[in-house]
Amino acid sequence: MSTHTGSSHTAAIAVEELSKYYEVSERSGGLLAAVGSFFRRRTRLVRAVDAISFTIAPGEVVGFLGPNGAGKTTTLKMLAGLLYPTAGQARVLGYVPWRREKEFLRRITLVMGQRQQLYWDLPAIDTLLVNRVIYKIPETQFRQTLDELIELLDLAPLLGKQVRQLSLGERMRCELAAALIHRPQVLFLDEPTIGLDVTMQERIRSFVREYNRRTGATVLLTSHYMADVTALCSRVIVIHHGKLLYDGALGALAARLAPFKIVSVALEDGAAAGVDWTEYGELVTGLDGNGSKVHLRVPREQAAEVTARLLSRLRVHDLSVEDPPIEAVIDRVFRGEVPD
Amino acid sequence: MRDLIRLYGAMLQASLGVQVQYRVALVIWLLGLVIQPVVYLVVWSAVAGQGAVGGYTRGDFAAYYLTMMVVNHLTFTWIMWEYDYLIRQGQLSAMLLKPANPVHRLAADNIAYKLLTSVVVLPMAVLLGLYFRPTLSLTLERVALFLAAIAGAWVLRWLLEYTLALAAFWTTRVTALNELYYGLFWFMAGQVAPNALLPPGVQLAAELLPFRYTVGFPVELVLGRLQGAQIAQGFAVQLIWLAIAFASYHLLWRAGLRRYSAVGG
Repeated sequence: MSTHTGSSHTAAIAVEELSKYYEVSERSGGLLAAVGSFFRRRTRLVRAVDAISFTIAPGEVVGFLGPNGAGKTTTLKMLAGLLYPTAGQARVLGYVPWRREKEFLRRITLVMGQRQQLYWDLPAIDTLLVNRVIYKIPETQFRQTLDELIELLDLAPLLGKQVRQLSLGERMRCELAAALIHRPQVLFLDEPTIGLDVTMQERIRSFVREYNRRTGATVLLTSHYMADVTALCSRVIVIHHGKLLYDGALGALAARLAPFKIVSVALEDGAAAGVDWTEYGELVTGLDGNGSKVHLRVPREQAAEVTARLLSRLRVHDLSVEDPPIEAVIDRVFRGEVPD
Repeated sequence: MRDLIRLYGAMLQASLGVQVQYRVALVIWLLGLVIQPVVYLVVWSAVAGQGAVGGYTRGDFAAYYLTMMVVNHLTFTWIMWEYDYLIRQGQLSAMLLKPANPVHRLAADNIAYKLLTSVVVLPMAVLLGLYFRPTLSLTLERVALFLAAIAGAWVLRWLLEYTLALAAFWTTRVTALNELYYGLFWFMAGQVAPNALLPPGVQLAAELLPFRYTVGFPVELVLGRLQGAQIAQGFAVQLIWLAIAFASYHLLWRAGLRRYSAVGG
């Protein structure tokens, strides 16, 4: 009996109070503790995903942001039917994912960085041919999709080579092809560009964009490369310690979570000696720039006043006022420095 | 059903393509498979001397162990050693994401291996036969029943050992469990000794447990060691164990999936 709720469903992905808790056994170091743990196991509850809720409409490309261990991958695995949740509900294309109905699995795909989908000892095309049978893809559709994928991912020279002879970037492209040959309506992409060089990252991003444009597929993408998210997603969901911190437009994220401006000041030679920067704002480390430039984090409402003070008191050679880069915003959110 | 046949067709092709490349590994596996029955054959022949033991002469032992070698080769699996690895390497996750039960791909691997290696094992059995001189008298009827018994034996052993492999969902210490299984298997399946030579209590246990019906039963059948009623009984027990094995597999698979934490990938 299918659990499909039928065509009245408008959301592609609907998640409600979804949770996944793990019991992890715990013990301190040392021999005494090791022996003790033989008799009595102490466990700790890890809330990998803690009552998150969100809805994604068909065709949306949503970014799932969070540091390692935040719960993004666990959420994706639940939505793809790999994991049973501890509590809560979810529906993807109207199906309950962990029921693992064949009709559901035929419509989705989950691409993980270290995915082992391809037959290692065979040419990539062989995996695609097996997938054709597994997913029951009609011959003409298969040919058509294959041609499109070859074009978009530049696969022509790769498909006949044994997978184990491919480079990481080449293998990733073939994995993507194998993951998409059945034209899924929902794509779960878990760190799709991890470990790839910059050119390849850009290529994968434009491919995802194009696939979404051509097929109207819904994409839920996790990454800790901001470039992935800024390139593809207008909407982001931020998750940390298993909890949903933010769900909304990417641009608004910076405005809401980081009401700061970055004031960058370059002084004339020799003018920097003895300057106490803390009078003006918080010195920022980690932004790019050579040593002669100083970056200050200044609250938005004070930006004008601080700028005026800097210009009047110091011999300023160059000054700019900008929004903080989105990475810095996210970073501070994860380190708990910004209240939500 | 037709879908399943097409599925196996595609997967067998792929599995054959993979295994054909591992020629050296195949040869090494085969050597191991052959050595064991030959050793038992030699030992029991020495015991039988010029006479017989429990109704088995040297020629009878040769027939028994060479047939046993072929049957064991056809029915054996390695899935219980592999499953833990599949989980940890993330390959099981990759299979679970597709609308096909992983058991089919893994069964196809097993069948592909047998298809490939039979090309070597069968001639090898014949060659060894030239040296050890087995006493063989086959009838068409017995060979036909033999084929049916082997089919049942393959499915039974596959289900049993696959179900055992699913223990990997619950523990990483699968080796201990596997060793326990093999300890029993050796004794009861007919490898250490033909069923008739086992002590009475053990013999009864062997006739009730499933192990014999994966190897020993087909061998005894084709060699004419069983009377009509015993053959029927054998098939009946094999069928009962098939049902039990299938039910166990089904239950454990569902329970294992609920528990699966997909940590490998």
